[in-house]
Amino acid sequence: MKPTMPVADQHRLLSDSAVASFDGHLARAGLPPLTAGPTRVFQVNVGKLCNQRCHHCHVDAGPHQVEANMAWPTFEACLAVIRELKPTTVDITGGAPELNPHFRRFVAALRALDVPEIIDRCNLTVLMIPAQSGLASFLAEHRVRIVASLPAVNPSQTDAQRGDGVFARSIAAMRVLNDLGYGRPDSGLVLTLMSNPVGAFLPSGQSSAEARFRALLQTRHGVGFNDLIELTNMPISRFLEFLERSGNTAAYLAKLSGAFNPAAAAGLMCRDTLSVGWDGTLYDCDFNQMLEMPVSVEGSRTIFTYRRDIMDERPVRTAKHCLGCTAGQGSGCAGKTAS
Amino acid sequence: MTYYDPADLGKFGDIGKDAPELAKAFFDYYGKVFAEGELTKREKNLIALAVAHAVQCPYCIDAYTGASLESGCSRGEMTEAVHVAAAIKGGAALVHGIQMRKHADRISM
Repeated sequence: MKPTMPVADQHRLLSDSAVASFDGHLARAGLPPLTAGPTRVFQVNVGKLCNQRCHHCHVDAGPHQVEANMAWPTFEACLAVIRELKPTTVDITGGAPELNPHFRRFVAALRALDVPEIIDRCNLTVLMIPAQSGLASFLAEHRVRIVASLPAVNPSQTDAQRGDGVFARSIAAMRVLNDLGYGRPDSGLVLTLMSNPVGAFLPSGQSSAEARFRALLQTRHGVGFNDLIELTNMPISRFLEFLERSGNTAAYLAKLSGAFNPAAAAGLMCRDTLSVGWDGTLYDCDFNQMLEMPVSVEGSRTIFTYRRDIMDERPVRTAKHCLGCTAGQGSGCAGKTAS
Repeated sequence: MTYYDPADLGKFGDIGKDAPELAKAFFDYYGKVFAEGELTKREKNLIALAVAHAVQCPYCIDAYTGASLESGCSRGEMTEAVHVAAAIKGGAALVHGIQMRKHADRISM
């Protein structure tokens, strides 16, 4: 398996690009540098193991990532901080987070803590793995909101990004979820689709994409969902490799820079998110995690040494990849950031 | 080296250097044409993509391939749009065959 471009090379490519720094974009718009407020979303990246190996993955996840996965003592440390912080959302991501052997135990513990919203960032196909039988029912029983990746409503674009046969298995998984009540408006079980562009271009617009996905998935495949969010591809990791391979790096960064939207900066996820890496290191977001940019506060850089008193109002660490979150309608783990 | 330079698309605004008022009028009009209206932006981008092929403008093909993708069009939809352009262009050539036949009738024994 070819390793992803070293992180140092990713930083060099970003810093060498012709576009102005992220903080420079903020300053030109009259905005101050970013700071993080109180944590509302506690995001846990439980590891890089995944049954897929998507071409755009910013985590470099795949079946080969058998070591970079969270151990139970780290989950316990997360639970201790969650008890203290009482976030409105615990957002579990990966990899395919369900493949972490402690996933179900963690979800059950969160439900016992009465966390208002538990999110599982699901690739859909993991629900169809025989060894994961009962997973969909488990998620329904624990009232977990599923945020599921589906970039397009056609097999060719979906499979081009996520692997052969992924579209068909994703539709099969949506049927399983629909049968359990997910995607049905009155069930209380929320299925959110997450779409990101299949290439070096920006998302189409969240509300129009949701309407198009809803109509086409229902008429062509008879499956439904509750809502749809769009994410911009970040110029890091495998997507940055694609940009380099296809000669699109400069044009894509120029596109992100040209589409800088000050209104999108107000709703950036890093303002109220704490992101925990599989080894317990703390970050401002999942993208900084992959660029190995831990939080700026040196005295609170792991979940084991977390100190709320010095974390709130901390400066957010930024680099040019942040332009992905402020382009056009804005982008974050909850979808667009500008109204 | 090709006759067309893709970088020239980014210099489109330079067309206003010696006729700024005309350029402003054109770009204002252009912007209004592509705003969301009775037709969606997505529909307009697909029409523009088809027309770009009919008029064989490489700048427009690049621009509206990107715009179509960014408005959520699939490659299938975009390819069908190009076929619409091809059908209309082909049909336009073929229907002139009637003119040919009429004129041939006129001058033939």
